Amino acid sequence: MANTLRGGAHRYGKNVDTDVIIPGKYCSIVDIVELGKHALEGLDPEFATKVKKGDLVVAETNFGCGSSREVAPIALKGAGVAGVIASSFARIFYRNALNIGLPIFESEEAVKDIATGDEIEVDPATGKIRNLTRGREYQSAAFPPFMQSLIDAGGLQPYVERRLAEKSSL
Amino acid sequence: MGMTLTEKILARHAGLESLRPGQIINAKVDLVLANELSAAVAIAGFRSFKGASKVFDPDKIALVEDHFVPAKDAQSAKLAKLMKDFAAEQKIKHFFDVGRGGIEHVVLPEEGLTAPGELIVGGDSHTCTYGAFGAFATGMGSTDIAAAFALGEVWLKVPATIKIIYNGKPGPMVVGKDIMLKTVGTLGIDGATYRAIEYHGSTIKDLPITGRITMANMAIEAGAKNGIFHADEKIIAYVKERTNRPFIVEKADDDAVYERVIEIDVASLEPQIAFPHMPDNVRGISEVREEILLDQVFIGSCTNGYIDDLRIVAEILKGKRIADNLRVIVNPGSQKVYMQAADEGILTILAQAGCAVNTPGCGACFGGHMGTLGDGERCLSTTNRNYVGRMGSPKAEVFLASPATCAASALAGKIVDPRTLALVGV
Repeated sequence: MANTLRGGAHRYGKNVDTDVIIPGKYCSIVDIVELGKHALEGLDPEFATKVKKGDLVVAETNFGCGSSREVAPIALKGAGVAGVIASSFARIFYRNALNIGLPIFESEEAVKDIATGDEIEVDPATGKIRNLTRGREYQSAAFPPFMQSLIDAGGLQPYVERRLAEKSSL
Repeated sequence: MGMTLTEKILARHAGLESLRPGQIINAKVDLVLANELSAAVAIAGFRSFKGASKVFDPDKIALVEDHFVPAKDAQSAKLAKLMKDFAAEQKIKHFFDVGRGGIEHVVLPEEGLTAPGELIVGGDSHTCTYGAFGAFATGMGSTDIAAAFALGEVWLKVPATIKIIYNGKPGPMVVGKDIMLKTVGTLGIDGATYRAIEYHGSTIKDLPITGRITMANMAIEAGAKNGIFHADEKIIAYVKERTNRPFIVEKADDDAVYERVIEIDVASLEPQIAFPHMPDNVRGISEVREEILLDQVFIGSCTNGYIDDLRIVAEILKGKRIADNLRVIVNPGSQKVYMQAADEGILTILAQAGCAVNTPGCGACFGGHMGTLGDGERCLSTTNRNYVGRMGSPKAEVFLASPATCAASALAGKIVDPRTLALVGV
């Protein structure tokens, strides 16, 4: 599992949708760094210039609602975002983020307390979130066991390769 | 314990006698869909899997060029070619290029590729559209689609089901779009997240197939994993006209367990409008008291790009001219819809009224091209989403409504109730 994440928080509201995370007109871009230059452009045009590598995006409920575009989590990763903490995630974004290796954490309590600029530390192994600016600690929701096993194995790819091997040996 | 319609289909595809919400299953898929945007990333993912050189079954994959078509620029042309080359390499016969297909969710049912009881996954969030045909259908990202290309199966968490009962006959100018906008407004933008929606009630029997398509299509706008109708004679006849493939019509058990049951009275429903910038920000037309002048009206998309939609628009616009203060862009949903509209004289009526008729595609709906909004512009659209920046500038505003409301408003130059066409002097 990944190392501890530590960075500044960029705090947003509820229903941060995929159209503001990466507007449709950029969806033919494949280069991750190029995508990153437009991350969250629809919501916060300055985001790509002010985000520092390792920072965390923090938002309220239903983060990533809307389209199935996998370039949404990819754009955040390309901008240098180390992870997303939200009160809840939309379903397709949740799967996509895990599949492309963008760490995500669910904690309504942590989100309530975090303001833009707070220094945040997250331990992906335990799901512990620390707000270093305010000296508080939270526990994010555990992943369902199957998802945790996918994450531990390093994403969907090793899972697919194992299934392919099982099938070819039948 | 009984199972819901979604649970029945998932159980059969997972080879299980029964299952319960929350359970993780491995399910076989009957069809995997991608468009040139989701396919580009999925193909790269597929190629990265050790041991995957051929797709699981080339006849169970559909690839549709529809998002940036005709190609917007060299980059989008590159993605279109990437998918076309992959189709040729993998011998995928259900490949639809510009001029021979259209919008994926309009094309697949027309081609008989979606049947009751099937399990369909697609690299597009509106894949849930096929719930109109009694299939379990859900949208996924490209890496999951790559896995489905390789394995012919997907892992799924069984969703709990919300049952929605629609009662009564819709009044004049009230269609599936109005019913679904009301539904999304009632559930909320994340009211059905991780859930299945099962549509029931007396309203459905007489609802045209296209009305059900609009309703299943917008299940995702309440966050749902899928939205599903029971296939009736109308659906079975439609599918049998298009395919000889056998299919199993499933039915929810009488003692199925639903997480919630919601009732919506359709008889008293008026035309609905979703205000900026969320599809659940819905008001009945009589609650719209302010004057909302428009710069653009858009008619089309996988939500409302069907022949029934164009017919009602043509009926309203016939022999009239759209208002001087706006433009109207119409995208028939598919090449077949386009040709049918041509045969019926609809394209001529629209052109004479002052509409710009585009070739089928998704461009305008997602802010890609062919109808992008500028700063400060306001659009009334038959599409499914009105998030900030959805159709172009983040400083534009998008309102969502039915084709009838859009057509009537195109004549008036502002948002009007289509039931009062005579009153507004058009």
